[in-house]
Amino acid sequence: MRQIAYQRAGSVDEAVQAAAQPEAAFLAGGTSLVDLMKLEVLNPARVVDVTRLDLSRIEPRADGIRLGATATNSAVAAHPEVKRRFPALSQALLSGASPQLRNVATVAGNLMQRTRCAYYRDLATRCNKRSPGAGCDAIEGWTRMHAILGGSEQCIALHPSDMCVALAALEATIHVRGQRGERDIPFGDFHLLPGDHPEREFALEPGELVTWVFVPATAAAARSRYVKVRDRISYAFALASCATALEVANGRIRVARMALGGVGTKPWRSLEAERMLVGATPRAETFRRAADVALRDARPRRDNAFKVELAKRTMIRALTLSAEGA
Amino acid sequence: MKSVGKPLVRIDGRAKVTGEARYSYEVQVPGAAYAVLVTSGVARGRLVEIDTSAAEREPGVLAIITPRNAIRLPGKLHGEPPDRVVQALQDDRILFSNQPVAVAVADTLERATHAALLVRVRAEAEPPSIRVQDALDRAFPHDIVAGGRKQEPDSAHGDAARGMREADARIEQAYEVPPETHSPMEPHATIALWNAPDRVTLYDSSQWVFAVRNKIANAFAIPKENVHVMTKFVGGAFGCKGSPWSHVIIAALAAKQVGRPVKLVLTRQQMFGMVGGRPQTVQAVALGAKKDGQLAALRHESTSATSRFDVFVEAAALQARHIYACPNIETKHRVVRLDIGTPTFMRAPGESSGSFALESAMDELAHALALDPLALRLKNYAEIDPSEGKPFSSKSLRQCYTEGARRFGWDKRPAKPRSQTREGLLLGMGMATASYPANFSPASAVARMLPDGSAQVESGTIDLGTGTYTVMAQVAADALGLPYEKVRFDLGDSEMPEAPISAGSMTAASVGSAVLLTCGALREKLVQLAVADPASPLHGARTEEVRVEEGRLAAQGRSDTYADVVRRAGEKPIEVRSKAAPGEERKKYTNLAFGAQFAEVLVDPDLGSVRVSRMVGVFAPGRVLNARTARSQLMGGMVWGIGMALLEHSVYDEKLGRIMSRDLADYHVPGNADVGVVEPYFIEEQDEHVNPAGVKGVGELGLCGAAAAIANAVFNATGRRIRTLPITPDKLL
Repeated sequence: MRQIAYQRAGSVDEAVQAAAQPEAAFLAGGTSLVDLMKLEVLNPARVVDVTRLDLSRIEPRADGIRLGATATNSAVAAHPEVKRRFPALSQALLSGASPQLRNVATVAGNLMQRTRCAYYRDLATRCNKRSPGAGCDAIEGWTRMHAILGGSEQCIALHPSDMCVALAALEATIHVRGQRGERDIPFGDFHLLPGDHPEREFALEPGELVTWVFVPATAAAARSRYVKVRDRISYAFALASCATALEVANGRIRVARMALGGVGTKPWRSLEAERMLVGATPRAETFRRAADVALRDARPRRDNAFKVELAKRTMIRALTLSAEGA
Repeated sequence: MKSVGKPLVRIDGRAKVTGEARYSYEVQVPGAAYAVLVTSGVARGRLVEIDTSAAEREPGVLAIITPRNAIRLPGKLHGEPPDRVVQALQDDRILFSNQPVAVAVADTLERATHAALLVRVRAEAEPPSIRVQDALDRAFPHDIVAGGRKQEPDSAHGDAARGMREADARIEQAYEVPPETHSPMEPHATIALWNAPDRVTLYDSSQWVFAVRNKIANAFAIPKENVHVMTKFVGGAFGCKGSPWSHVIIAALAAKQVGRPVKLVLTRQQMFGMVGGRPQTVQAVALGAKKDGQLAALRHESTSATSRFDVFVEAAALQARHIYACPNIETKHRVVRLDIGTPTFMRAPGESSGSFALESAMDELAHALALDPLALRLKNYAEIDPSEGKPFSSKSLRQCYTEGARRFGWDKRPAKPRSQTREGLLLGMGMATASYPANFSPASAVARMLPDGSAQVESGTIDLGTGTYTVMAQVAADALGLPYEKVRFDLGDSEMPEAPISAGSMTAASVGSAVLLTCGALREKLVQLAVADPASPLHGARTEEVRVEEGRLAAQGRSDTYADVVRRAGEKPIEVRSKAAPGEERKKYTNLAFGAQFAEVLVDPDLGSVRVSRMVGVFAPGRVLNARTARSQLMGGMVWGIGMALLEHSVYDEKLGRIMSRDLADYHVPGNADVGVVEPYFIEEQDEHVNPAGVKGVGELGLCGAAAAIANAVFNATGRRIRTLPITPDKLL
């Protein structure tokens, strides 16, 4: 049998130290890690349990909200301040997984959620993310649930999270603590594109622990929306999703933030599309043009060409809803 | 007080929700070892090398069994259909992805799981073929085995080509149902325990203990009587536990080889490919009709997938022979061999997939003729079987149509597609005819009256979660004249009287008839004992004037009780064994159950997502034994129809020949949120011809036509005709 060391961290420092050892992984809700350990996809030698650390607080502040790393998805989604000031975040969380999963899945766990690429999860197939250099059976295979943006010749695995799409649009920052101290990582820098190293997924140093996520409050955030299209009404990953936050003043868009899910190897933002929207009147033609720009670099594969148009329509829908609320 | 028909709760309900009910894998067997399968990642080829050294070094490992060291099975590995050809580590051929190629046996499940991971398999792979479309030129006809009988693959009544020529309107379209996988909650599991070198006990999650018994007896060349199989509870099966698959033989083989009882359970991922599924069908339907809608020709040709080494035919075109009055009907069934595990019957095999094609085509015809789809069906209502000219044993389809249309509000259907919205969503309504054979196979039972006046009734049938324990006790209670509480019905044991496979919606009909006749005979016997016994108050009464109610026998103002009759006869249970079997009478009729399905959908006009907001199904299933369990089954079938229409798809990687949607996150079945209002109703029928119990079965009927009704509603909502299931948002963009 493979031995797995289990360590329950008594403090953040202890957790960071323990996880700096080779082949260590933090354990919070376990909905992703334990699943992948059972499938033998992830094989950490050491599991550092951070569930007893005091990291689960949800703290509203004047300038935003601080979400503790181990706050559950359910708790964040149901928090009145989240619903009031960051509706897209609540909507995104509630559109993901199932109530049972959301009750244990955490903020940081969701940030670190691994792809649902069926090849990544199946040891009988080749996967560069699982075994660097092994090759990829997905690219020429069943690609309906794969990324059309941000892929490489090594990997087109889709980023599966809903929460992260909302956090990307809301321009959250991720606070981490490591052996060399604390730092903030802008949300857009946290997830890495696969490039030549699809096995590297996060901008984290060994042992670095996410301690909280800060979401800044803005007028746009308070009117944010999340729209998700999927095959099944609950408990299904996005075919396409979009989080939008608009501020409209005097009939013109003053602030535009948006991110797409279900299409990228990471939560996908198009700054160019956002810039296009600023100063424009919020109407269908404007949204369509922005959507065309956001998806301009899409590279569909055999089974997912539909995602290009679906993502555009999802984005138009989310923008329309945001504008109506703005 | 009659029990039959009442909506009694399931006898085993409490045991199941409290966890008291022991499913096959949960049976405690002292000294049991654990077996975990190693399966192939290659779909077609040959094993070159299996390195077991690392696995064998692990603590607790008892054996790593591969084709190199497995016991050679002395007997036959397969029998008559529905038995399937299986792979039990007897040779090095790889015939489909996920085929068992080795089994790790260890003292704990965890150690066996880890050892299985350490087995290194090297195989020579050849490119697989897994799509029906790629093999159409190699399609061949094959006999169909459905409902326990063989049928010809082709039928021709009249001249369909001429009918088409003479028609005013023609629909000729191809429809496709993708491969699907049953995915019951309870995985396949087997415990095998050798009591002697030629004597074995199995606890298996099965739809047919006698098939398991026979398969093991054949494979190990031991007498059938030496194989004891038990299945007390099944957590869903839907056909995939109807034939004993490879793992059953491998469990018994492993137990023999390590000299210990062995428990084997499949992982969810291993259930994709190894234990059957609905095969992909490509169906061509041609309909020709006169202006008034009268059908002039009906042609239905289905080509379905099967494996390289065995044949299962999805009988998708069978129903076309019987359901519409048309002078010219032709049907054909073809199969193609692909590098896949052998498909098998999956809930309403043929009727569900075939009705999607035929009932979609009927909707297309109605649209082409600008007729109401229900009016088109009524126009072609078959009073007698159009192919065989025989009467139906009973048929209340007209009432189903009328009642369904009324309850659903069919008159509010927008005649023009894409013409009605509700809260920004496109609203559509569709309907379809449901039909399923009223199957009936020989079944036997034993009934005993005990000295306390309660009865014990047994048959080696299965309760798939459908309510067999409950409804058989109801049938027995009425037949004996006992309160329901005084009857205990037991099942799931190969040492009980033989029963047919619990499939084809025939358990209630077949075992119900056996229980009815057996209990009737026991009652007769007890009445005779009473009237012949000078000590009985009924002594001398004529048997036919004796009435039995609540266990009390009464005639001419005098009475006796079952308890007293048994006591006076020597305190030993009085037993009767009997059986029911289809006779000549049944052959004079076409025996079918019918229904009408209505569906309302809401479709997002931009994003393509479909929600089934409402379904109404009205079904005529003969006699209803238990209004609650029957309704649940019909509702389950209708919900399955939502899955079939919108979600279910075993997606193959075409290069690897492997199902990649291999867990319940990727293989979608409906969740609560996908299911709107689902309302099944009955039109009960008195049918004296179909079988003694008068039952037609409800296990599959609720699914028949359901996917078509939804697809037709999607057309009505959007103007888009989707002929390939499932109807996912991308198809409606």
